[in-house]
Formats: sequence, structure tokens, C-alpha cells
Amino acid sequence: MQRVKIFDHVILLMGVFIMVGPLVVALMTSSHEAADIHRNGLSILPGGHFVDTYTKVLTKEGGFTGKITGLRMMMNSLILGIGFAVGKIALSMLAAYALVYFRFRFATILFWMIFTTLLLPLEVRILPSYEVMTALNLTNTYTGLIVPLLASATGTFYFRQFFKSIPDELLEAARIDGAGPFKFFIGVIVPLSKTMMAAIFIIMFVYGWNQYLWPTLMTTDESFFTLVRGIKQILLVWVGSNIPDYNEAFALAILAMLPPVMIVMIFQRWFIKGLTESDK
Amino acid sequence: MSAINITNVSKIYAGGVEAVKSVSIDIADGEFIVLVGPSGCGKSTLLRMVAGLETISKGTVEIADRIVNDVEPAERDIAMVFQNYALYPHMTVYDNLAYGLKNRGTPKAEIDARVAEAARMLQLEQYLDRKPRALSGGQRQRVAMGRAIVRKPAAFLFDEPLSNLDAKLRVSMRGEIKQLQKRLGTTSLYVTHDQLEAMTLADRLVVLNGGEIEQIGRPLDVYHTPASTFVASFIGSPAMNLLRANREGNRLHFGSQTLEADRLAALPTDLTVGLRAEDLRVAQAGEQSLTLKIDYVEELGAQRLVHGTVDGKPLTAALSPEIDLGETIALTIAPSRLHFFDTTTGKRLTRLTDTSSVIREQVAALEPAIS
Ligand SMILES: Nc1ncnc2c1ncn2[C@@H]1O[C@H](COP(=O)(O)OP(=O)(O)OP(=O)(O)O)[C@@H](O)[C@H]1O
Ligand SMILES: [Mg+2]
Repeated sequence: MQRVKIFDHVILLMGVFIMVGPLVVALMTSSHEAADIHRNGLSILPGGHFVDTYTKVLTKEGGFTGKITGLRMMMNSLILGIGFAVGKIALSMLAAYALVYFRFRFATILFWMIFTTLLLPLEVRILPSYEVMTALNLTNTYTGLIVPLLASATGTFYFRQFFKSIPDELLEAARIDGAGPFKFFIGVIVPLSKTMMAAIFIIMFVYGWNQYLWPTLMTTDESFFTLVRGIKQILLVWVGSNIPDYNEAFALAILAMLPPVMIVMIFQRWFIKGLTESDK
Repeated sequence: MSAINITNVSKIYAGGVEAVKSVSIDIADGEFIVLVGPSGCGKSTLLRMVAGLETISKGTVEIADRIVNDVEPAERDIAMVFQNYALYPHMTVYDNLAYGLKNRGTPKAEIDARVAEAARMLQLEQYLDRKPRALSGGQRQRVAMGRAIVRKPAAFLFDEPLSNLDAKLRVSMRGEIKQLQKRLGTTSLYVTHDQLEAMTLADRLVVLNGGEIEQIGRPLDVYHTPASTFVASFIGSPAMNLLRANREGNRLHFGSQTLEADRLAALPTDLTVGLRAEDLRVAQAGEQSLTLKIDYVEELGAQRLVHGTVDGKPLTAALSPEIDLGETIALTIAPSRLHFFDTTTGKRLTRLTDTSSVIREQVAALEPAIS
């Protein structure tokens, strides 16, 4: 252990450099002016326009309609990310609860059917999903953005495995203690699943936050645009003599990264605490 | 008031395994019954059918004169203590104790009072705010007991509650459980595979073997008059020695060695003789004896267990540590201390004229009906 210490650190530092380097470059570059960036390329030294760029990105009314601000896009992304994460957790916990604790016919077959169909990536079923949403008049709504993607094979699978690892005696003790299915779920299963929920929340939030294809299809109204789309929008202005606002694109990218990073940091602490504490 | 009547109860698992075969036990109010038997004999299954955690395939279970076959566990007015305690890991000790009462809508003040009382009884007061993971095994065991007693149920059901504890703690918890049960006077059904636990706790023992009852009786009656070779070898430690013998008149031939007893005329000529290790003693000069060829000795402190062979068949004797041992030793036993069993069925055989033991057996057989 002691012998390889320096080598360990070299590897760690290399890892840090490779992972954090591009972010630092993006952050530094975003504080230069677009013209500078166009001329000199990326930069690892700070320019003088940090505050201007970020204020502008967050508050400038842009887009074709000239109404959408960075703040608005951030809100949309948050709604999408949190809606996704919370919805997926709720849905997959309930599904897993039914699969594990209720004896109904064909439970195993049902589970594998759900599982295999949901394993298909969104792109495969994107057209039918879109059809359904237009038929229901749900384009350009948050409901339309979130609900079709809520069913989660991964979440259901993880929760199912987790519930199966909870000792049967706990259920039996609760039955003797007079807890029905609902009380048992709320009073025992949910509190015991906290760490699992934190883990799934991290994964699903980031997944929802980074959605690009589905929001692009579902929303034409700019007030529903997300940050990820906003970045793309900025770079699209490459027409005539316009220089794309590289600095703004970088600033948006940095902003787009912050919330997931924060979520991961907040929940990770919880997650680790749960992991170390919850040995019975 | 809260007797438990188990009548012809069977359990057939999916796949046709008959884990419990037509078992009947009548448990009087306040009685402490211990179900004992080897692993896989159906003890837990029977207990879980009484608890309502397992469906009853045949027969009926009555608790306090009410047939509970189709009653939910929570409605049966029973409390159960599990082998692995099954405490709710995310709740404090207080909440663990209070959970069952809360679910029944007991008023807050009453919950507080009952939890406080149980905590005092079990010396858990200073742990009420802790989570189970911050407790030792013995303390967790107490919490599990507490969860049972706060509910003031008609019956306690225990499924090997002490088997996760170390030997010393097991002995002291055994005492606590016994005292608590006597103090509360709650009818109890207790499952264990440890015959010592069974002997010390039980008002009456139920010895199960392969899903069937071998014998029901008071611990000492079961010890002194085991109903079969199975019970004889299961109850008592070390296990009773069982030797095949040929009877000729009142003489028993163990291969080349012979013991003489009395009043054997009614017994078959080919039989199994049971000799408790603790009934064997060193023969005085001139006494009839069996010669034990000593293989090895286990020192227990107060006594020593001498293992060896009599005419090639294994035999164990519990002797005082003062006795000098050579290669062989001559042992004898009072003829009245011999047990006789059928060689094929393993059932106990009685000497017809042995009035004292006949009466004792009849009394033992009547007892369930009287109580
Ligand atoms: N769900 C089940 N399906 C089929 N057979 C079962 C099931 N549960 C238990 N059995 C069988 O029933 C028999 C009795 O099991 P049980 O758990 O009552 O034994 P036990 O006496 O409590 O043993 P132990 O002392 O090891 O706990 C065993 O042979 C077991 O294999
Ligand atoms: Mg068992």
C-alpha cells in the first residue's frame, strides 16, 4: 500500500487533469469576447468579461421570438430533470413493490415483458410515442415532455432487486404489527429505500436534464426550450458575417453543467451516509 | 381465557411436501409450550400457521375459542419474536415498540405508558432513542421481546429467539424470558432445536419428528419415560445410549456381555435397551457389570464423559472425575433405570409389572386432558 503511493497520486492527478481540464478551458474561454475566441481559439487564462457574459446569457431575451432567456431555459431543464427523476422513482418503486410483494399470476413473465420492452431505447419508439402525444394534444406541455418517458426498466429492476434483499421477516413482523400494504410501503419500504432513491435520483436527473431529441420533437414553442437546446440554438446563427457567440455557448454549457453537478454532490453525501449507516 | 387449540393441523406445501402431519396440541391459558425437534421437522411451519403467516392446509387453529384459520395475523391477537429479531432498522427503539400500537390507533398517551412500562421491564430505558444497529445482540433481542409485550397479546410466539446469541447470554436471556412469561401469564408457544432450552423453559414439551408429534409431556416425564428411541436420543445430553439386546428370561445379552434385570417376561426377545449416561456407575466388586473399552474422555469439569464400546457398540457414561480410568472399566446400572424399546418401531415397551412406571405414563398421558 505504502510503496505505490506516489504512483497512485500521479494516476489520480492525470485523471483529474483529463476530466477537469476541458471544463477549466470552457470556463476561462467563456470570459473572453466572441471575436477574441474566433481569432485566438480556446484559452486557459481568464478574460475580462466574466460577469457581462453570464448576465447576458441568463437574462438576454433571445430566440426567434426574442422572448426566451437563459434563466427560463434553466427552469425548463430543472422541471424536466426533477420531473423525470421524481416520476421515475415513484413509478418504478410502485411497480417493483407490486412485483415483489403481491402474488399475482404471471408476475415473473410480466416483469420480464416490461423489462425487455423498456430496454428498447427511446429512439426506437419515438415515433409512436410522438403520435400518441399529438393525438392527446400534449405537444408543447410539460406533461407531454415528461410522462411518456417515465416508465423505467432500470429503476424497476433496481428497486425490485433491492426489495428482494429486504428480509421477509420484516414484512411478517409488520403484518403482525397490523400494517397493511399501504402502511408497510410508506412506513417501512420507503424509508429503507432512501439510499436507493438517492442513487436513482442522481442517474435519472442527469438523464432527464440531458434529454435532447425528445424535447426537440415535442416542443416548438420556445418557452419550453431547455438549456441543452439553447446551446445548439446559439451555434446555429452561423449565417452571413455573423460570428457565433462562442462565449455565450461556453457560458451556457457551464451553466448547463452546474445543476447536475450540484445534485450529484448533494445526493452523494446522502448516498454514502446511507451506505455506511444502514447495515442492520 | 386465551387457550390455543391446534386440531389435526397439516401443512402441505406446493410441490406436495407434507411438512406438518395432522398435529393436535391443546395449550392451556398461561401455559409455556416448547416445540422441539431436529432441523426441518416442521416446528417453524407449525408456529407460522398459528401466527397466520402460513396458510393452514388441513385442520383448525383456535385462539381464545375462536377459529382463526382465515384471520389476518394482526387480528389474531398474537405477537411473534423472530430468530433474526426483524426490527425495523430505520426506526428508533421507541418507534419499533410503538409501531404496532400506532397501527391500531392506540392513543398517544397510552402508547407512551405501555412503551415506558415495557422498556422498564426489559431495562431498555436508556436505549429508547437509538436505532437497532447501535444495539448489541442481547439488547436487540430485548427490543424484539418488548415489541411483543407492549401489545399485551393473548399469546407469544417465539421462533428460535435465542439462537443468534452467544452461549452465556443465551442462558441469561432464557431465564429472563421464563420470568417474564410467568409474570405476565401469557400463553406461549416457543420453537427451539436446543433440548436444553426446551427442558428449562417448558411447562410442557412437544417433541416433533418429521412433521409428527413423537411425545407431549412435562420435561421431566419426557426425560424419564421417553416414548420412543427418537425422543430418548433427542432429549437429554449426552444422548441416551441405545443398545440392541437379546432377552433370555430376565437376562439381557449384549453380544458376549450380559446384564440381569427383573420382570422382563412380557418383553420381546429382540429389543433395544436404553441406558442414560448419567445412570451408569462404576461396578463394585461382585456386582454384575458391562465392560466398557474406553476410547476417549471428555472433561466437563463437574463430570467427565467416558466414550467407549461395549462389545463393539458405542456407549457413553457420565462419571465423577475422581475415578481412575484404565483401558477398560466395569459399569453397572440399576435395573429399574433401564428403558426398553421395540427394535423396529422404536416405541417404548413397558414391563407389565413395573407398576410405578405404568402409573407415571398413564398420568402423563392424561395430563393434557386435565389441564
Ligand atoms: N415454502 C416451502 N415450500 C416447500 N417446502 C417447505 C417450505 N418451507 C419449508 N418447507 C419444508 O418444510 C419442512 C419443515 O420446515 P420448517 O421450516 O418448519 O423446519 P424447522 O423445524 O423450523 O427447522 P429449523 O430448525 O431448521 O428451523 C422442511 O423439510 C422444509 O424443507
Ligand atoms: Mg425453523
